[in-house]
Amino acid sequence: MSKKQVVTATINGREETFLCEPRQTLLEVLRDVLRMTGTKEGCSNGNCGACTVMLNGRPVDSCLVLAVECENAELETVEGLAAGDQLTPVQNAFLEGAALQCGVCTPGFLVSATALLRENPEPTEHDVRWYLAGNLCRCTGYDKIVRAVLDAAERRRNAETV
Amino acid sequence: MRVAVQSSIQQRHRPKMRDFDYAAPATLQEAVTLFSRHNGAARALAGGTDLIDHVRTGRVTPDVVIDVKRIPELNRLEITPDGLRLGAAVPCWRIYESAEIRESYPALVDACSIIGGIQIQSRASVGGNLCNSGPAADTIPALIAHSAVCVIVGPEGEREVPVEQFCTGPGRNVLQPGEILVEMKLPAPPPRSGSHYRRFIPRNEMDIAVVGVGAAVTLDESGTSLVCGRIAVGAVAPTPLDAVDASNLLAGAPVDDETFQKAAAAARAIAVPIDDMRGTRDYRVHLTGVLTERVLREAVSRAQQAAGA
Ligand SMILES: Cc1cc2nc3c(=O)[nH]c(=O)nc-3n(C[C@H](O)[C@H](O)[C@H](O)COP(=O)(O)OP(=O)(O)OC[C@H]3O[C@@H](n4cnc5c(N)ncnc54)[C@H](O)[C@@H]3O)c2cc1C
Ligand code: FES
Ligand code: FES
Repeated sequence: MSKKQVVTATINGREETFLCEPRQTLLEVLRDVLRMTGTKEGCSNGNCGACTVMLNGRPVDSCLVLAVECENAELETVEGLAAGDQLTPVQNAFLEGAALQCGVCTPGFLVSATALLRENPEPTEHDVRWYLAGNLCRCTGYDKIVRAVLDAAERRRNAETV
Repeated sequence: MRVAVQSSIQQRHRPKMRDFDYAAPATLQEAVTLFSRHNGAARALAGGTDLIDHVRTGRVTPDVVIDVKRIPELNRLEITPDGLRLGAAVPCWRIYESAEIRESYPALVDACSIIGGIQIQSRASVGGNLCNSGPAADTIPALIAHSAVCVIVGPEGEREVPVEQFCTGPGRNVLQPGEILVEMKLPAPPPRSGSHYRRFIPRNEMDIAVVGVGAAVTLDESGTSLVCGRIAVGAVAPTPLDAVDASNLLAGAPVDDETFQKAAAAARAIAVPIDDMRGTRDYRVHLTGVLTERVLREAVSRAQQAAGA
């Protein structure tokens, strides 16, 4: 077996050091090694977006990243969005707008939607649908998700942070 | 800081990927040495959006995965007086976020903007798209339309291959064991040029091209005739095709419907597509004509805008 490697990365603002095999994906390490199970596994081939995390400020599918690639990286997962009990506007909008049913896709949508609003604080409905095309949901039919993201954009403009 | 180790209970459900070693060389020289040492058993990793799935499913079986993203030459993205130097590992988002590239190489930008979704575009590189050599790869018709040249290095040194000669079959290309793609060089477009890439898919996004067409054109000073143009078609043959006859028809031709229709007919004539769930052979041939006309119209309209600006 290949030698395990020590990787140090900043995850949700905190420096973490973990041991992993080169063949382990970032998704596997987050869930199985670091026990951060907020990030979900759907397809494991880049199609569903359930495993979306931020890598150096960009949304990526963590099932298509090797954990060893993350040496010195800045990672942000769904666990890092809220400050303690203080949910973000995106999270509040999803909750209040009932933008989830089973919830498996939700962490991925929250991370992607957060990335969208950081890049583009005033998205149109088309912008939202386009940006979230890499996130699949089997339950909601998307409409409530799209409306929640538009609502979150509005909430952010009305001063809630991130 | 906390140090974590794998817990044995948690890993039982997921089958493990094939075992491999990992290296992330910081220089091109180091990478070339590594690749030649592993002679064929090493695979380059750029964005990993093809490679990681291919390793997981056993389609490729590398002993060593060599991450090429830390090599400066492969990360270069520079507009020079001669044109664009596009490092092989540069991800799609860096390309479409550059205003200069959007202005001069819109067909490439069109292709990079529709590869996968945003998560894929954060990682997927044009070099990876080319080296994966899929018949429906979206960037390749755009690269051919822009007359890109591939710079390859290996144990024998450096060589250049025009992009239309790079792919040799589905998933196959001219790279020899130990060789890697370093960058693509795209010549500077002459004044009054425009380009476009567009594909047909049954969905709005996140799908594989049924047919894809890229074209670049240059107008004369009056804006009523074409000086030259280049058309390429994807997903209608084992490799993306350089539509030479269709392109030759454009040189000196007037900007009118007849020109677009003739070029479309010539592009249709070289399409030798397969039947599959995305479309029949006949449907793909028909689409090749329809898309060629539409893409040419848009490329011309962009060239007119460039001329007006
Ligand atoms: C959900 C999803 C959607 C997708 N949608 C599209 C789409 O719409 N259109 C499309 O065309 N593709 C699509 N793809 C395929 C893929 O994203 C692209 O082909 C991408 O451009 C590959 O780039 P990469 O940097 O991720 O390559 P990698 O996966 O890192 O590499 C791809 C292959 O090229 C080799 N390689 C990479 N760089 C080099 C180099 N410098 N020298 C030599 N060999 C090299 C690797 O060893 C590997 O075999 C999609 C993939 C997924 C998972
Ligand atoms: S689990 Fe990563 S995209 Fe589906
Ligand atoms: S809420 Fe069930 S998959 Fe989206």
